[in-house]
Amino acid sequence: MEPEQIIKRASELRWKLPQDFHDRWVEMVYADSARIASRNMVQQGKVHRLTWERRLDSLLTNRWTGMPIMVLMLASVLWITIIGANVPSGILATVLLDHGHPMLQHLAELAHLPWWLSGVLVDGLYLTVAWVVSVMLPPMAIFFPLFTLLEDFGYLPRVAFNLDHLFYRVGAHGKQALTMSMGWGCNAAGVVATRVIDSPRERLIAIITNNFALCNGRWPTQILLATVFLGALVPPALAGIVSAAAVLGVALLGVMLTFFSSWILSTTVLKGEASTFTLELPPFRPPNLFRTLYTSIIDRTLIVLWRAIVFAAPAGVVLWSICNIQISGMSLAQWLVNLLDGPGWLIGLNGVILVAYIVAIPANEIVIPTVLMLTVMTTGMSGVGEQGAGVMFETSENSALAMLLQAGGWTTLTATCLMLFSLCHNPCSTTIYTIWKETKSLKWTLVSTFMPIGFGIVICGTVAFIWRVVAG
Amino acid sequence: MMKQPDSGKCKGCAASSDSKLEKLGVKLGQADFVVALAGNPNTGKSTVFNAVTGLRQHTGNWPGKTIARAEGGFSYNGKKFKLVDLPGTYSLLSATEDEEVARNFILFGRPDVTVVVIDPMRLERNLNLALQVLQITDKAIVCVNLMDEARAHGVSIDGRGLARDLGVPVVLAAARQGEGIDQLLTEIDDMANGRSSCTPHRLKYDIPTVQESIEELVAALTDAFPTMPHREWVALRLLEGDPRIIQAVSTGEIGTLGEDHVATGTISACGN
Repeated sequence: MEPEQIIKRASELRWKLPQDFHDRWVEMVYADSARIASRNMVQQGKVHRLTWERRLDSLLTNRWTGMPIMVLMLASVLWITIIGANVPSGILATVLLDHGHPMLQHLAELAHLPWWLSGVLVDGLYLTVAWVVSVMLPPMAIFFPLFTLLEDFGYLPRVAFNLDHLFYRVGAHGKQALTMSMGWGCNAAGVVATRVIDSPRERLIAIITNNFALCNGRWPTQILLATVFLGALVPPALAGIVSAAAVLGVALLGVMLTFFSSWILSTTVLKGEASTFTLELPPFRPPNLFRTLYTSIIDRTLIVLWRAIVFAAPAGVVLWSICNIQISGMSLAQWLVNLLDGPGWLIGLNGVILVAYIVAIPANEIVIPTVLMLTVMTTGMSGVGEQGAGVMFETSENSALAMLLQAGGWTTLTATCLMLFSLCHNPCSTTIYTIWKETKSLKWTLVSTFMPIGFGIVICGTVAFIWRVVAG
Repeated sequence: MMKQPDSGKCKGCAASSDSKLEKLGVKLGQADFVVALAGNPNTGKSTVFNAVTGLRQHTGNWPGKTIARAEGGFSYNGKKFKLVDLPGTYSLLSATEDEEVARNFILFGRPDVTVVVIDPMRLERNLNLALQVLQITDKAIVCVNLMDEARAHGVSIDGRGLARDLGVPVVLAAARQGEGIDQLLTEIDDMANGRSSCTPHRLKYDIPTVQESIEELVAALTDAFPTMPHREWVALRLLEGDPRIIQAVSTGEIGTLGEDHVATGTISACGN
C-alpha cells in the first residue's frame, strides 16, 4: 500500500473507533504505571514532611489568606531591599562620587584636557555611570537573590496559582504572574522571562504590560518622594508607615493597571481566549544558598547592570551637553524646560520633570538626579550642587531636598503626580531594546513604549484636575 | 537501594568513571553520540544536565524552567556526547507545544540514548511518561533522580525490580549531590556503543474493537516500510490523526527511523 493510501485508510478507520478510544488507551498506560510503581516502591512510616507541606500550601494558596500573604511577602522583600541597600549604596557613592569624581577632575586638569572634553567625559559620562552603579547595584544585588530564593523554595508557582484566576479573567496567561514579579526587579529581565509563555498572543500581552511592574530603577524615586513629601504631611511617628504604604500603594496600582491593560488588549487588538495552563505545584525545597547567589548575581544582576551602564553613559553626555550649549543667551536645557512647562502643568508636573524624563530614557534611576540638577539651574539657587551646570549630584539631607524642590515650585500634588508618572511612562531604553529583540516587531515595540505614557497622561491629568478643583 | 561509590575518594582510581569524564560545557564540536534528557517537569532534569556538562544552566523550583531546548556536551571514555535537555512534559501525546518538541526530538531527532529522569516520590505519574518514551525508542535509560529527597520522605525504590519491569537500565541518583552520575555515565556509554541491549516494556494495545484496525494498518506499514520500528505505536497515532506522524508517513520519513542515527545531522528535524 502506498503511504498516501495508508493515511487515507487510517482516517476511514478513525470513524469506526469507539468514542472513548483515546481515554481507554490513556487508562491502559496509567494502569501499567500504577502496577509497576506499586511493585517497586515502598513507603516507610508516616510522612511528616508531606503533611507539613500540605498545611503550608493550604495557607499560601488559600482563597482568603493567599493574597494578604503575597502582599506581605512583597512588602517585606521591598523593605529588606530598601533598608539593606542603604549602606552599600552610601559606600559606593562615597568611593565613586565623592572621591572618584574629584580625583578624575584633577587628573583631567593635569592632562590639560580642554574644558569641554573633561566636561563631557568626567562630569557627564563618568558621573552618570557612577550614579547608576551606586544606586542600582546594591538594591539589585539584594532583590534578585531574595527573589531567586523564593523561586527556589517554590513560592513563585504558588503566586502564579493565586493570580491565575485573575489573569484568566482578563484573557491573559497565568504565567504572566511570574514575568510581572520579575519586572519588579527589572522590566528588561521581565520581558525576557515572557519566553515561558507559549502563546504568542499572551506573550505579547505580558511584554506590553510588563512596564506596570515597578522596576528597580523606579523604587528609589518612589521612596524618596514618598518620604520627602507624603511622610512630611503626618506626625513624625507615622511618617515611615505612611511613606511605605504610599510606595506599596503605587506598586499595587501597577498590578491593577497590569490587569486592566491586559484586559483592554485582550478584548481589542489582541483578541482571544486564554490558553490552558497546567501547573504542578512543586514540593517546597530548601534553596541552595551558594548557587542562588551565583546564578542571581551573574545571570541577572550583572547582565542587567551592564546594559544599564551601556545606555546610561551616553545619557550623561547628552545631559552635560544640553546644560552647556547656549542658544541666544540661554542653555538648551532652559529652552526645553520653558517649552514643556505648560504641558507639564496640565498633568500636575512641570517642565523640569518632563525634560528629566526625556534625558533619562536610558535609565530610570537618573531621573531624580537630573530633576535636581535642572531645578537648581532654573531656580538659580546657590549653595546646593555647587559643582556647576550639568553635573549630577546627590543630596543626602532630605530637608535640604524638600527646600530645594519647594523653591522650584513643587507641591504635594507635584510629588503625587510624579509618583504616578514614574509608574506610567515609557520603559527605559534597555527595556525598549529588549522588547524589540524579543518581538522583532516595530509595531509592538511602539505600542509597548507609548501605551504606558498614554495611561500616565490620563491618570496624572485626572488627578491634577480633581486636586485643583477640590483644593480650589 | 543500590549503594553508590563515594566519588570523592575514588577520583584518582582507574576504575572510577569520574576520571574518564570531561565536562565540555557548550564546546560541542562534532559529537559522536547524541543523548536526550526527558522527564516530567520539576524532576531535576536541568540539575542532571548541569552535573554532567559542567554548565550552569539556570535551574529553579519552577516547572517549565527550560525554556528552549538546552544543549551541552561532555566527553567520556574518549567519545564526545551531546546532551539535549528537553522541556519537561507529563506525556508525549503532543497536546502542548512542549510535548510536541520533546516527542518529535525523541522520535525524529533519533538520539543514541534517551535518559528519562523520574521523581521517586511521584513514581506512578512519572512512569506514565517513561512508558510512553519506551514505546518510541529502544535505547532508553531511566534515571530515578531526587533519591535524597525520597530518603527524607521514607520512600525506597527497588531499582533492580524497576529495571526488570521496564526492560531498560535504571540508575538511582541524586544529581544535586552528584550521587549516581558515575553510574549514569557508564550506562549511557554502554548503550551508545551498543555494549548493552534492552527490551523495553511495550504496552499492549488490546482494546477489543480497535485491534483489527491497528492490525490492518500495521500490515500496511510493514509492507510500505519494511525496516520501520514501533509499527503499532505509529498505527495508533495514525488512527488518532496525529498531524506530525501523518506528515512523516506521507514523506516516507517514518521509514528511515530504524536506521542508525548519524552524528548530529538530524538534530534540526525537531524544529524549535
